[in-house]
Amino acid sequence: MSAAVEVDVAHRLGEFELAVAFTVQSGIAVRFGPSGSGKSMTLALIAGLLRPDSGTIAIGGRVVVDRSRGIDVSTQQRRIGMVFQDGLLLPHRTVLDNVALAVRQLSKRRERRAVARDWLERVGAAELADRRPGSLSGGQRQRVALARGLAGEPALLLLDEPLSALDLGVRRELRALIRDVIAATGVPSLLVTHDAEEAQELGDVVIEYAYGTIAGTHSVEHPPPRPPEAEVEVEAETESETEAAPTPPAHEADA
Amino acid sequence: MTEDPVTPSQEGSGSRMGARAASAIGRSRTVRFALIAAALVAGPLLGILLITKIGPAILWLESPDSGPFWLSLRVALIATALAGTAGLGAGYLLAKKRFPGRDLLEAIGSVPIILPPTVLGYYLLQLLGDGNFAGRALTRLIGRPIVFTVTGCVVAASIAAFPFCMRAARAAIEGVDPRLEQAARAMGLPAWRVALQVTVPLARRGIAAGVTLGGMRALGEYGATLMVGGNIPGSTRTMSLAVADARSTSETHTLVLILVCMALAALAVISRLGRSRRTA
Amino acid sequence: MIPTALWVSIRAALCATAIVSVTGIALGCLLAKGRFRGRGIVEALCSLPVGLPPTVVGYYLLTQLGGPGPVRDVSIALLGHPLVFTFTGIVIAQTVESFPYCLRATRAAVAGVDPRLEQAARAIGLPEWRVLLQATLPLARRGIVAGVAMAFGRALGDYGATVAIAGGPGTGTMPIVLYNATFDGSADLARNLALIQVAVALSILVGVSRLGNAKEW
Repeated sequence: MSAAVEVDVAHRLGEFELAVAFTVQSGIAVRFGPSGSGKSMTLALIAGLLRPDSGTIAIGGRVVVDRSRGIDVSTQQRRIGMVFQDGLLLPHRTVLDNVALAVRQLSKRRERRAVARDWLERVGAAELADRRPGSLSGGQRQRVALARGLAGEPALLLLDEPLSALDLGVRRELRALIRDVIAATGVPSLLVTHDAEEAQELGDVVIEYAYGTIAGTHSVEHPPPRPPEAEVEVEAETESETEAAPTPPAHEADA
Repeated sequence: MTEDPVTPSQEGSGSRMGARAASAIGRSRTVRFALIAAALVAGPLLGILLITKIGPAILWLESPDSGPFWLSLRVALIATALAGTAGLGAGYLLAKKRFPGRDLLEAIGSVPIILPPTVLGYYLLQLLGDGNFAGRALTRLIGRPIVFTVTGCVVAASIAAFPFCMRAARAAIEGVDPRLEQAARAMGLPAWRVALQVTVPLARRGIAAGVTLGGMRALGEYGATLMVGGNIPGSTRTMSLAVADARSTSETHTLVLILVCMALAALAVISRLGRSRRTA
Repeated sequence: MIPTALWVSIRAALCATAIVSVTGIALGCLLAKGRFRGRGIVEALCSLPVGLPPTVVGYYLLTQLGGPGPVRDVSIALLGHPLVFTFTGIVIAQTVESFPYCLRATRAAVAGVDPRLEQAARAIGLPEWRVLLQATLPLARRGIVAGVAMAFGRALGDYGATVAIAGGPGTGTMPIVLYNATFDGSADLARNLALIQVAVALSILVGVSRLGNAKEW
């Protein structure tokens, strides 16, 4: 089976330079690091919201970016799902419509809405179906955003600080939800956070970012053994790799 | 991270840096003012040049044919100064203060944009003419009649220019980062100094764009000027009136070209002011 | 007299607004989204009628539509008469005068849509035309509606350009009739026409300012 995502890119924005390379096989891989380290930029590059200056990206074995060969698949064609920090639901559509818009695998409106309803149920937001995004609480909004991200049967789910705008209590609750829903669907996921606890709890693999590069990587043993074992190979661009591999001995990447 | 990674920016970083350096030079204050001044002066002159070349142009400017041009220039300048000042005040009020009837004030202030100029002219005649008490009182107060004089033209042109100054000032002032004003207040500046030394300078581009457009509207005012000014040749016959009167004579042709060139120059200035606001 | 003038005004302004809405919204989106050479020039040219005295617009329309040239030849071939001094002529004049208002409002509204919402729509797989129809335009709708309303008001209120083209039967709009009434001593007619037009203009502007002040969410 091909890797969920393979990335080897360099990108520069103003003063900031990002150069990262990693491969994620399956499970939830967490990008963890301080703000300004390039985590979100990596997601934007994978999603096609930014085009890297150089390098390649492959999602599910399909090359979506290869600058040297002039390949640049549009965001729409990358078969990704995405959950943003503040949801970014369309304010003029109902919750159900928002999720139904993402169900790209079906063409009939009624079928799409049925699938959307099903996803809302799975994230515990079924009763919100007819509400407008503007009337939702932060936690409700992110539940819907999660449903929308998964509803399109993506090959890869990208979550950009999905819980950072929420209160602590809600954050715990949604953390569990994200873990369970993603485990149940088996969609390979990349999650970005600057919260260490969140990284430990959600990640099968934690990739640590320093300024513009990967500082290190480690996998996490979760108390109940989880079915899809994550495998990660990371080529870090820096020698600082060793200092940032604190917790459990894992299949450490060889650079 | 200071820069949002999700902003779509697909240019190479090298060219971005180059463009940034170039625009930094372009943004130096003297260069900018020189450009604006040059555009404003060069526009109309170029128009005259195109048809008459330099010698005849000077002759034209000294001949009675250019009467409407000089009159329009004078009327528009005074009107723009009046409308700009009033518009800045009204725009500031609309942007900063919450009071009942604010929507109505904005609507009334904007009305000359879509109100037929003849309606404006009708009411100005009613108000300023000597047919009623208010008109007679005003005439006595000022010491000379308003209707069918240059003063009447200025009044009409000011009203035409006002909404554009007001709306632009309002939008520009609303666009000022409130944290900068808060910082100034925290430093102990009194409210009026915050307004004059922080808010208005930060909003200056938008205000200038609005005043430029207002100036063009003042220059182009037709219906109300026709009714209140009286279209008296040599006295209250502005360029836009002259254009409407003597169609397809060579005199009209000259005036039309001047007006088109001035409009193009004004729009160029406005678009420059609007474009660099994003980077400033 | 009033009903006739009102009817001519509204009919002409509605025709002009219909044309302006389609072209103005399309071009507004293009100017806001498109990155092409000469974009600034297109924008300046489209805004020209705002900066130009209406009488200059009238002058050009008169010489183009009425003077010798291809436009006049085509209209005579198709309609049997030139377009000057006809209802179609005043619709054209009002279209030119009101076009920039719709265009500029659309451009600003579309450019003001949070690009992240559009990216989110792309990230869930919507093709570009659906991003435009289901995210961008609905999110910009207040500004667009305000622009269309301003264009309607501007068409209704135009005098300088319209009067240059007007003259034939069925071309007496309210501003024109008001001018004549003011100077031929029909005081009642003038007063009523002025009141109607003030009321119309104010209601349009109050509506527009409501649209502008309301928060999206």
